[in-house]
This record gives sequence, structure tokens and C-alpha cells, in this order.
Amino acid sequence: MMVYEERSSYTIIHVRPKYHKTVTIPLFKGNEMTDKTPIVVMKGITIEFPGVKALDGVDLTLYPGEVHALMGENGAGKSTMIKALTGVYKIDAGTITVEGKPQQFNGTLDAQNAGIATVYQEVNLCTNLSVGENVMLGHEKRGPFGIDWKKTHEAAKTYLKQMGLEHIDPHTPLSSISIAMQQLVAIARAMVINAKVLILDEPTSSLDANEVQDLFAIMRKVRDSGVAILFVSHFLDQIYEITDRLTVLRNGKFIKEVMTKDTPRDELIGMMIGKSAEELSQIGAKKARRAIEPGEKPIVDVKGLGKKGTINPVDLDIYAGEVVGFAGLLGSGRTELGRLLYGADKPDSGEYTLNGKQVSINDPATALKNKIAYSTENRRDEGIIGDLTVRQNILIALQATRGMFKPIPKKEADAIVDKYMKEMNVRPADPDRPIKNLSGGNQQKVLIGRWLATHPELLILDEPTRGIDIGAKAEIQQVVLDLASKGMGVVFISSELEEVVRLSDDIEVLKDRHKIAEIENGDTVSQSTIVETIANTNVKN
Amino acid sequence: MADKKQAEEKNNIFKKLLSSNITVEVIALILLVLLCTAFDHAFLALSWNDNTGGLAGPLITMLQESARYLMIATGMTLVISTAGIDLSVGSVMAVAGAAAMQALTNGTNVWLAILLALVIGLAVGCVNGALVAFLGLQPFITTLIMMLAGRGLAKVITSGENTDASAVAGNEPLKWMANGFILGIPANFVIAVVIVILVGLLCRKTAMGMFIEAVGINPEASRMTGIKPKQILFLVYAISGFLAAIAGLFATASVMRVDVVKTGQDLEMYAILAVVIGGTSLLGGKFSLAGSAVGAVIIAMIRKTIITLGIDSAATPAFFAVVVIVICVMQAPKVRNLSAELKRKRALKSSEKAVAA
Repeated sequence: MMVYEERSSYTIIHVRPKYHKTVTIPLFKGNEMTDKTPIVVMKGITIEFPGVKALDGVDLTLYPGEVHALMGENGAGKSTMIKALTGVYKIDAGTITVEGKPQQFNGTLDAQNAGIATVYQEVNLCTNLSVGENVMLGHEKRGPFGIDWKKTHEAAKTYLKQMGLEHIDPHTPLSSISIAMQQLVAIARAMVINAKVLILDEPTSSLDANEVQDLFAIMRKVRDSGVAILFVSHFLDQIYEITDRLTVLRNGKFIKEVMTKDTPRDELIGMMIGKSAEELSQIGAKKARRAIEPGEKPIVDVKGLGKKGTINPVDLDIYAGEVVGFAGLLGSGRTELGRLLYGADKPDSGEYTLNGKQVSINDPATALKNKIAYSTENRRDEGIIGDLTVRQNILIALQATRGMFKPIPKKEADAIVDKYMKEMNVRPADPDRPIKNLSGGNQQKVLIGRWLATHPELLILDEPTRGIDIGAKAEIQQVVLDLASKGMGVVFISSELEEVVRLSDDIEVLKDRHKIAEIENGDTVSQSTIVETIANTNVKN
Repeated sequence: MADKKQAEEKNNIFKKLLSSNITVEVIALILLVLLCTAFDHAFLALSWNDNTGGLAGPLITMLQESARYLMIATGMTLVISTAGIDLSVGSVMAVAGAAAMQALTNGTNVWLAILLALVIGLAVGCVNGALVAFLGLQPFITTLIMMLAGRGLAKVITSGENTDASAVAGNEPLKWMANGFILGIPANFVIAVVIVILVGLLCRKTAMGMFIEAVGINPEASRMTGIKPKQILFLVYAISGFLAAIAGLFATASVMRVDVVKTGQDLEMYAILAVVIGGTSLLGGKFSLAGSAVGAVIIAMIRKTIITLGIDSAATPAFFAVVVIVICVMQAPKVRNLSAELKRKRALKSSEKAVAA
């Protein structure tokens, strides 16, 4: 198979022989490497924490007018690298040069003064101030009587306009605009402080498709003005859409710097995880609905379960050994339905039958006693208990179901912790570390271990693969299928339709807080089946 | 090989000791004792008193005083661990003391009087807990109100008098609780230490400690694991009220008289200081009962130091504050890592020199 790509100045030919082994023959490659002077050169960066080398001689070079992606699995050292560049961590070895000048960052302020601005995943702005105040914070216009707010807001308006955000009134409180907009405001703020380098750490993880496009439009504007952008994201599509150059890290080591357009996806994934990507895509491509025996009783059978203002009454049954996917857009009610099944929110209508017995599940404690577990989409606020150890985080739900005054005997506890650390392949394999020090993917694995330790019959997984790297994602997908094959009922909620279609036996489609369809998975079902269902069904309110 | 391993282990233990809050606390305590001994050479002297059947000396009276701080600091630790605060402990002490003294003068059996005081303390704690946990009121405001109301309640109980029960026959058990000795050691100190150990066992041998910490760290995530955060909150305020009642008995029984204004006055602040010195964060989460206990003894020691040094009564709050600040500074991670940081810098410099050469 051959792929030709037309470029204005040259042509790249990918020759793809059998077995998907890719050979790339770039023409005139290297030309573009030399005609720009880099803004930031990081060489041989090494950072050690007690017992671990988080970074080991990593290089990173950022060029003006380029979007550069930092790629790697969770725990590869991306965040540590960013923290070295922003002055959060002191480096133990290596050099950082900004515009030719060697720098020693002793704090974030040093990095900011050198022209490095950061927009974090969780926006670090003041929600109680107005948009204009946030944009101009620390650079307010002065008048004879202190700050001239009128001029300040005008200046903010011009900055916003430059970014194509003229529709935002600088007087509106920041808290009243969406998270996506807040991120754009944070970027505008970076322009006010005249940043030369803009770091965007997972900016798209909580955005929908349109918001991502808005963000990219602004990123292009910023890039074209000569700023170097460092971009971190787990979404490969986005990496290929927006970035020019990639630096790949693995286990704290520098692997390679490549041009995005010269690097096929499978090669990139291979570099990130250190093995062929092919086996990963095979997980769960079975597409056959588990056969329900006639007369078989479902584990869960709900009729008209709903809560006003959250989700309209839903009928649903889940059988043992079945993966039921909830598909729908953000705000469709997919998470809300999962929370009702777990009692995280109290339903105000409906009948809930569990293994033939009528129950009322009004809080998580009751749900867990009835062998229902729910892993939240909001890992940080509703999932992990940050300062507690990995061990405690695994045991806590089981302990809560047994009761506070019936401690799990030490031997049993050790065995449980050991079992789920191994089964879920948690890294680092040290149960006495606070869970907050683990990477996102490993936190997720610990949390799934926590729910498995309660031996649920029904496990509800809400976005278990969001914001985690491709390796951990594949591991978790495999776990879902293994659990179902052992007879557990699994509800799989995800915003990635591809994943839902690949893993589910049955797909519940939700739209605008209604269940609009139930699709039996099969060879004819694909992502577009679901998209069409959502697009073509009108919801009566 | 084995030697090396052993040396390494020793090194690790040493490092652990250095990094522990309690080590710093104990050092601070020893420094205070040394300071007092420098001023008063008889400070460390212990003698046997045949009348009381126990040891006597400045250190012993210090331990006697520390018993009440141990009680309220223990309750406060649990409350602060849930990211709350209990400002009412001083007033609860007065209420419990007033109840016991008034009951005694009214001719109630001494054991019933003690029970009554404990039940009232527990009840006030339960009211705090119910308001915070089930109505969702702010702990600061709730317990501040209870702090003001408690003084009023104490006055109502005694009809505004400072009830004196020292002449009541049959009050010996209560007197012994505050002034007696067990094997030569002050009885109230022994009782307090036993209770601290019991609470510690309750926290660490059951899952109670972990649940309290979990609720303090992240209440919503805790709820999702099946913990009932409201019950936990209720529980810690109830325990705090109960322990404050014991402290109130210690404080009033030593003179068998309740002072409705002064009994337990300012002691909520001492309790909070003891907890902070003990290394539990006011933001909630991980707690250390041992740390708070040593903190409570430090508080008693600071008060003893003020007396021993003869510091002018006007200047005592300032002296108190300075000592507490110095201890907190000693515990700050930045200060504690100072030597390691200096070493690292030196190593960096020498390596730079090597590179330059």
C-alpha cells in the first residue's frame, strides 16, 4: 500500500509494505530544523525524587511559531518536564537556555519572568473576579487615583479581540463563563504578560469538539505570532491536527524528537509504549452480543428510574456477564443515570429490582451492601482520597461495607492489596505511597481495584479511560472484558463512542436526559449508527 | 554486607526520627525543662510526700496540670482532622464542672455527679455534632455559639454562683481524681494518658481513624466509598464534648470549686495550639494523637516555665506566643530540610567547579 501526501514545497512518500511496517522517506528533511533559532533549549534534564529518577537526561527544544507536543504514557515524565520548565521543580542536572541565555529557575516567578506562561488543566484564574480583571491581573492600567478600571477593561478588550474573543464582555464574572472559555481567557492572559513560550497541559480533556476547535483557532493565532507552544494531550487526533513537532518520553528517558507529519500513528504509539500498537487495537473487537438464555433473570432490572431535572425515567436491565454501554453526548444524562443506579443521587421515581428482589438504593453505602459499585468520572473530587496511601484507598470501600468497628484482619488486607495491585498492574508497586503521587492512569487502576475488592455483581465504570495514556487505557479495556467474562455485569460509560462500540454487548443511547434507544451490538453497528440515532431522534419534553 | 545493611537501617531510623514531628516536640520540651532548671536548680528535684502518697516537685505539678490539656487536645485532634474546629471545649469544661459541683452540694452521690457531668459534656458535644453534621452549619460558628451559650448554661446550673463543694462529705473519689496518685504518679495524668491510649487504639485498631481522615481529606469521595461522613462528623464532636467534660472534672476537682467565668477559659486555644504543634493540619486529614499529646504537655510546660521564670503576668501571653512560634518554625519542612539543602548546594557548586575546570 502506498500513501502520497501533497505538500507545497516537497512530497513525502510513505511506503507501506506488508505487516504495516512503515518506512518513511522524507525529502529535504532537516531544512526546517536549521532555519529557526530555538527559544528554549533544555539539555540533559535530570530530576531525582527519593528513590526514583523521574527524568534522566531528557532534551527538549522549542522553536518559535511551532506547536510542540510532549508525548508519553502516564509516568513517562511529561508533567515533571513541564514542572522543570516552569520552575516548580529544581533540576538536579542539565541546562535550560531561554533565548540563548542560560537560566536557573528557583521558582515559578523566575520562569514567568523569562517569558514562560502556563495554562493548566484546572484553570488557575480567580473565578470571583471579572474576565477583564483576570486578563490584566498584575498589569492593571493606572490612573491618578490608583487603578483606572475603565482603561483596564478596555485594554483587556483589545487583548481579547486579538484572540478573536471579542464576544466576551470583560466585565462578566469569570465564574459565569464555561471552563472552555476560561481556558481561552487564561491564554489571553499569557499574551498580556508577553509570553514567549506557552505551555498547555491537557487543555482539551474537559472540552467538547466545538470547544476544542475554538481552542485550536486561538492556538494557531498565538503560534503565528511567533510564540512557541508546548502542548500535552492524550488525544492522538488532536496531536496530529495541531502540532508540528513531537518529543517522545518513556520512563523518564528521552526517546526521540520527530516532525509530526513524518510520523505515522502506529510508529508514534510504538515509541510511546515501547511495543507494537497492533495488539492493542485488537482488544474486544468481538462485536457479538452475549446470548441471554431464555428465562434468565437480569441482575438489575429498573423500571422508570429517574430524578427530576437530572434524568427522565428510564427502563433498563443488565444481565450477568454483560457489558452495557451508555452512549451520549456531554449532558445527555449518561453519568446521571450511572449515579442513580449507584444511589450517589437519590432517585425520586421508579422501581429497582436486584436479583429478583425489590430494593431502594438511596446512598452509596446501600449500593455497596447490595454489591453494586460505581467508579466516578471525576477521579480527583469524588474518587481518590489523596493523602491516604494506595493501600488505604484500595481497602476503604470494603472496610466501609463491613463497618467501621470490624477492621479487616491484617493478613487478609495484605492479600487483597497485593492481589489488586498485581491484577491491575499498579505502578509504582508500592502500596504505602500516598495515592496523590501516582499518575492519573495508575490512580484509576487503584480505584478500579478498590471497587473490585468489594466483589460487586454490577460494576459501573464512568469514563474509566479518560485522561489516561494509551497503555493504561488498553489495560483497563481488557479488564472490563475479563470481568464480564467472569460473570460480572458491567456498565461502561464513555464519551469515546469507538470504545463503547468495541466493548459493549448492549448500548443504551441517551440524549437530552432521555434514553432514546437500546442497540444490540453486532457487525452492523458502528459509531455512526449511534451518531445517527442521536441525530435523528427527537426528544419530547 | 550485613554490617552495611545494618548501618543503613540505623541511618534510616535516624532519618525517620529526625523527620518526625514528635522528635522536634520532645526536643522543645527538653529545652524548656533545661531553661527552667537553669533558673531554678531545684526544678528537676523530686521528693516523696507521705501525706499524699506520691511524688512531689515542679515537674509533678506540671504533669497534673497537663491532664486537662491532654483530654481537650485529643478531642480537638479528631475534630480538626475532619477539617472542623471545636471552640466550645473550654465552656463545656465549665458546664461539666458546674454540674458536678452543684450536684455534690445538692447531696447527690459523688459517682452520680461524675456521671452527670460526663453525660452533659457528651450531650453538648452531640448538639455540636448534630448541627455541623446534619444541618451542615459551619463548625466555627456552631461551636463559637456553643462556647458563649456554655458559659451561660454553667451560670444557670449554679444560679450564677461559683459553687464550692470542698466541704461536702463523700467527695473523696473526685478529689482523688484530681489530686491523688497512682504508684506515685499523679492520678489525673495516668487517667488522661490511659484515655489517650484508648482513643488511639480505637482509631488505629479499628477503621475509625482512617474514616475520620478520609472525611477530612475528601468528604464527597468518602461518601462514594460507602462511608457516612455525617455519622463521622457527629461522632468526633460527641467525643470532643465527652473528653472536655473529663477535663472539666480535672480542672474543678483539684480545688472542688467551679468558677463559672474562669474554669476552662481560653483552653480551646491551648487545645488548638497543642494539635498544631503535634503536626495535624488545620485543613484536616492525617492526624497524630501522640503528637497532640506531647503538644499538650508542652503547653503545660510553657505555663510552668512562665511561673518558674517569674515572667510578669502582663507579658505572659507574649512569651507564650513566642515559644509556640519558635516550635512551629522548628517544625517547618523548610527549616528541617535546611541541612540537606545546604549539602545539596555545596555539592552542586563543587560539581560546577569541576565542570568549569
